[in-house]
Amino acid sequence: MSISALPKRWAKLHAHAAISSLGRLRRQWLGSIMTAAAIGIALALPAAFVVAMDNLESALDGWQGAPRASVFLDTGTEAAQYPDIAERIRALDGIRGVRLITPDQALTEYRQSSGVSDPLALLDSNPLPAVVLAELSGGLAPGAVDRLADRLRALPAVDDLRLDRDWMARLAAIIELGNRATALVALLLGLTVILVLFNTLRLDIENHRREIEITRLIGGTNAFIRRPFLYTGVWYGLAGGLIAGGLLAIAVAFVADPAQRLASLYGSGFRPAGAGLTGTLTLIGAGGLLGLSGAWLAVGRHLSAIEAP
Amino acid sequence: MIRLEGVGKRYPGGNEPLRGLDVHVERGELVFITGASGAGKSTLLRLIPRLERPSRGQVLVDGADLARLPRRRIPYLRRRIGMTFQDHRLLHDRTLFDNVALPLVIEGRPHTDIRRRVQAALDKVGLLAQSRAYPVTLSGGEQQRVGIARAIVTRPPILLADEPTGNLDPALSLEIMQLFEQFNQVGVTTVIASHDQPLIDALGHRQIHLSEGRAA
Repeated sequence: MSISALPKRWAKLHAHAAISSLGRLRRQWLGSIMTAAAIGIALALPAAFVVAMDNLESALDGWQGAPRASVFLDTGTEAAQYPDIAERIRALDGIRGVRLITPDQALTEYRQSSGVSDPLALLDSNPLPAVVLAELSGGLAPGAVDRLADRLRALPAVDDLRLDRDWMARLAAIIELGNRATALVALLLGLTVILVLFNTLRLDIENHRREIEITRLIGGTNAFIRRPFLYTGVWYGLAGGLIAGGLLAIAVAFVADPAQRLASLYGSGFRPAGAGLTGTLTLIGAGGLLGLSGAWLAVGRHLSAIEAP
Repeated sequence: MIRLEGVGKRYPGGNEPLRGLDVHVERGELVFITGASGAGKSTLLRLIPRLERPSRGQVLVDGADLARLPRRRIPYLRRRIGMTFQDHRLLHDRTLFDNVALPLVIEGRPHTDIRRRVQAALDKVGLLAQSRAYPVTLSGGEQQRVGIARAIVTRPPILLADEPTGNLDPALSLEIMQLFEQFNQVGVTTVIASHDQPLIDALGHRQIHLSEGRAA
């Protein structure tokens, strides 16, 4: 055997293992499909969580209810200075837009919204301060919001500041919780996939005991004996990933309309997105990798126990 | 080619088939191992491809001490030794062709090469026409011949046969033995364990008689 023939021989051995393992799966197709479906469902669940979280974040990102700060000006500020102060606030980093509410406008709004009685009419002058409503850029970290608030407070003529912080903090907490839950589900179901494959491969190895013994007898290396089982694990994982991708696409199509209706009730044009090509390929790849891990564990544990008779 | 020096084999149960055996088989020789059932004939053969390890003593194959052979090299030792078994050890869910092809598949040989060699091997044992059949459809003698085809398909320098004529009638037994003689004539070192004394005597090759775990 020449050295240049080695890679060819190696490729041939792999091709043989890949094809013969596919043949084994085909011979017991019903069991193979059921195993692949179980893996598919186990993969689809965490994938659905990921897609849901991605959609939630993108829906909230485009939402008009982005974080806001109400900047109250000193009551003694001249009306002529209002636009100038509003402009200085707008110029700050992290401010997306501002709206000025003069004391008069505030009074009018108040009268319109409170309706019935008007206690302010009893007062000689308008006690309401001018307010600059500042819309913050989306996606600011809590620390960045803190620094922005400090800078707003430091501006001349600014009396007080109120941030929609609670709302932001809650949202951030919900998203964090969702991401943690997703990671946990992914971990547990990934483990499930490995265990399912470990057990399937264990039985598969047991069913091929005689073949393994005879192969050892006539000089088959461990690698040669191991290979078809590893490929079996990979095929199961890839098929499971493919099934998971299909299930996910169906699920997204199923909930898209009601989700869009819900979003439109909040005045958003959001429409849920699926896993996409990259996401689906990642899912299939993850399936293949988990399949290989499960098979590797089973093979390492059970193959060495079978010696040549 | 094959040298056993002071070889003893003792199983955990206390059974001790070999007790200080010295055997030397020259390159290209054909040797019969004879002896009563349980005299250690099979154990002796199984030591050569390291299917068993001796409890003491030394086994050398082609000058290499098997005790010093690393585990991962054992498959390559076995590839250079063709072996047939009394119970044939065939795969019942594979055709004759696939059974005989297995040693070549293990080596990762090209398809055309495999087909050519398997057909030649099956032709040699007279079973080419049945290459698509399954082992269960064959008689004991035919299954033995499939085992022989599998043992010689890689053209190994050493051929071991454990009771190749076990349950066969005299005519078939002679046919099988003549097959081994043919391989031996092209230079294959051949060791055959058998208790068919009249047939062995008729063939007239060197005999090693085992008795109480020693060469008598």
